[in-house]
Amino acid sequence: MTTLLIIEQVLNGLQFGIMLFLMAAGLTLIFGVMGLINLAHGSLYMVGAFAAAAVAGLTGSFVLALMAAMAAAAIAGVLVETVVIRRLYAADHLDQVLATFALILIFSEGTRWVFGSFPLFLNIPAYLSGPITLPGGIEYPLYRLFLIGIGLLVAAGLGLLITRTRIGIQIRAGENDREMIAALGVDISRLYTLVFALGAALAGLAGALVGAIQSVQVGMGEPVLILAFVVIVIGGIGSIKGALIGSILVGLTDTLGGIFLPQLFKLFMEPATAQTSGSALASMAIYILMAAVLIWRPTGLFGARA
Amino acid sequence: MTDPVLATYNLNKSFGALKATDDVSIDVRPREIHAIIGPNGAGKSTLIGQICGGLASDSGRVTLAGQDLTGTGTAVRAKAGIGRTFQISQLAMDDTVLQNVMLGALNISSSPWRFFRPALADRDLRDKAEAALARVGIADLDHMQVAELSHGQRRLLETAVALTRAPKVFVMDEPMAGLGADGSKALTTLLDGLRQEAPILLVEHDMDAVFALADRISVLVYGKIIATGTTAQIRASQAVRDAYLGDEA
Amino acid sequence: MIRESYLNTFVLALLIAVPAWAVVANEPFTITLATRAVIFALAATGLNIALGLGGMVSLGHAVFFGIGGYAMGILAHHAQTYTPLMDGLFLIEGTKSMPVIWLVAMVTSGIAALLIGLVSLRTGGVYFIMITLAFGQMFYYFSISWATYGGEDGLSIYLRNDFPGLNTLVPINFFAICFTILLIVLLLNALIAKSPFGLALNAARQVPQRAEAVGLNPQRLKLVAFVISGVITGLAGALFADLNRFVSPTMFSWQTSGEIMIFIILGGVARLCGPVVGAVVFVMLEHVLGDLSDYWHIYLGVLLLLVVMFVRGGIVGLIAGKHVAHD
Repeated sequence: MTTLLIIEQVLNGLQFGIMLFLMAAGLTLIFGVMGLINLAHGSLYMVGAFAAAAVAGLTGSFVLALMAAMAAAAIAGVLVETVVIRRLYAADHLDQVLATFALILIFSEGTRWVFGSFPLFLNIPAYLSGPITLPGGIEYPLYRLFLIGIGLLVAAGLGLLITRTRIGIQIRAGENDREMIAALGVDISRLYTLVFALGAALAGLAGALVGAIQSVQVGMGEPVLILAFVVIVIGGIGSIKGALIGSILVGLTDTLGGIFLPQLFKLFMEPATAQTSGSALASMAIYILMAAVLIWRPTGLFGARA
Repeated sequence: MTDPVLATYNLNKSFGALKATDDVSIDVRPREIHAIIGPNGAGKSTLIGQICGGLASDSGRVTLAGQDLTGTGTAVRAKAGIGRTFQISQLAMDDTVLQNVMLGALNISSSPWRFFRPALADRDLRDKAEAALARVGIADLDHMQVAELSHGQRRLLETAVALTRAPKVFVMDEPMAGLGADGSKALTTLLDGLRQEAPILLVEHDMDAVFALADRISVLVYGKIIATGTTAQIRASQAVRDAYLGDEA
Repeated sequence: MIRESYLNTFVLALLIAVPAWAVVANEPFTITLATRAVIFALAATGLNIALGLGGMVSLGHAVFFGIGGYAMGILAHHAQTYTPLMDGLFLIEGTKSMPVIWLVAMVTSGIAALLIGLVSLRTGGVYFIMITLAFGQMFYYFSISWATYGGEDGLSIYLRNDFPGLNTLVPINFFAICFTILLIVLLLNALIAKSPFGLALNAARQVPQRAEAVGLNPQRLKLVAFVISGVITGLAGALFADLNRFVSPTMFSWQTSGEIMIFIILGGVARLCGPVVGAVVFVMLEHVLGDLSDYWHIYLGVLLLLVVMFVRGGIVGLIAGKHVAHD
């Protein structure tokens, strides 16, 4: 166990957390503004990844691939919002859950139909691949560092958007009082579509970015979606700040738990048992974290007080 | 002086900078109707929340028949004997009238932890519910679904639920709200007789009803009790005129 | 409109008639399909108590389904390998006896429901959905990483478990066991819905403030309902694993949770036989559409979307009217 290893794993956890943030931020915005729980957010992540893989395959350009991912996810988002989701804002959570569950089925099988069941591959471009030497002599993959950088940029951009722009003011107003902003003459349905498209684009971007280090396949979105839910429960619904802190907490807990819990168990168990029980416990670590936060603060770290 | 049934001592509650209740001490004595009046936003709903347990007080105490209820939850206070009615009817819309009223008696004559015998087959529960419905005059509606009732009928049902519980004190939040003249008159007669069974803390906007019924009236303005007295005293009070009745005159 | 009780009788009669015909016509696969529908119906009846009576939108009922499945898998695995389950202070042996397996499945899923309920009922609404979904995923990953019992590959058992006095390898016998259990649970469900507890739970769902004002504790009522619900779905999980003679992490997956909920929605929320109708329709769709297309989930998705957006109240609501019968 070395300091180098620890730093490397912390960076991995940070990178994982930042990608979760891109998902969680959209989800929490959509919930905060429209009061909608969107299970199909994972599908938009998948759409982004597939669009990126397809465009990268055609053009060979990673930048174009990322743009295509965001565009495709945003378009899919707008389409879904105007055809289905819009009818669900006033519905109860059960209907929202079911309708968006139905959308998962349609998106997943539709993608399987078009692209087949085999995973696609999205390559990291040459200028972003390979390791880089960090101060202190740590070798770390450049691409992962790039992911952390992009994620932090998006987080900062979102922060500015929400606190400094007209749209941001409308979004915050929408979170507090929906009737009020309608009364003030804001075009609610346009605002909703916009927020949904923004959330979708972020999910699509995350899908494409992560798709380059994992494989691009049907069903890739839902595990991430559920982790993003854990993030939101921990951070508090509707809070971007909560989503950021929650994402990083979850990312670090999951990554560090997976590495260090088995090691920790080896201190007082025989290696084989320690490995199994350590990794079994590590697989549960973030959910235990979630339960602990809930017991401590039922509405999450930054959630509005009930 | 007889011991009060329900009493509050120096209740306070602030929401941010707003003092919703400010040092409120009132009591409800046996066999009386004590009405609380005051303009909108005076803190009446906050006070009811503090008395019935939905809102935690910043400071102050609440007692019922000498028992200190400060800090307890709504369910505990209900079991202790506070019978509450809501300003906005809290009724299970999908259920029948009878089912709604039986709910009131659940913790009184039987336990909710019985799983396999129909509630309707519980004679005692049903008798209590039907008696309460008869008293508010809607016995014939017992098998109607609440969603099908008129607003006035729901108000009566709301009162009936509290009746089944035979509480030590009633806390009624605008029972007359939205009732027509006939409805108000009928409910006034009912409440008039009810005080013999348990005293009533009555929050009400219908001034005819208040002055017809109340033994004492307290006037709440900006969270403070500015006057408490008999109807005659309140009518005569200059402070009340200035603060409240003046608006209406 | 047809009265709901007639519809219920018809559906249950159909569930007897089809396998009976299959015995005569020697179509064992049809019996297996019917058994599958019955077990799904049982799992969904469990969820319907939480969802329909208690208003708890649980997207984590796969937890209980999976626990039931693994209770069967683990006990039978130890029995067929002649290894003790635990060899510490006590010696615990595996078993091939269905009633014992059912009991273990029900107790363990009940405990899991109690713990999950305690945490997730601290909040409500949309948090509850996300938390139950997350706990489902926790069990999923745990079962994958638990190498002792097959990890990702799951556990197979060679022979179906035993029931006193019946040869469970005969498909119709196993169907009869499952169907009887479903009938008993439906009966209990009907009783609970009309009991004082059901009355109180109903109020806790619709008007929690009122429930508190009459001295009831809505959270505790919901917790008990959640446990009952988990116990039933756990029992269904044990039967499902026995039907397939196989259990794997898939039983814990979010898709399973979603499907259990779909059964209810297709059939009708809070309707006694809603889950039964939904499960039967689902298994039929799975069989018919699954034969037509590899991508039949698209059609299922579209159907579900249409039901949610246009046919509130599911199939039972469509046939027997919107209002839940009261007497």
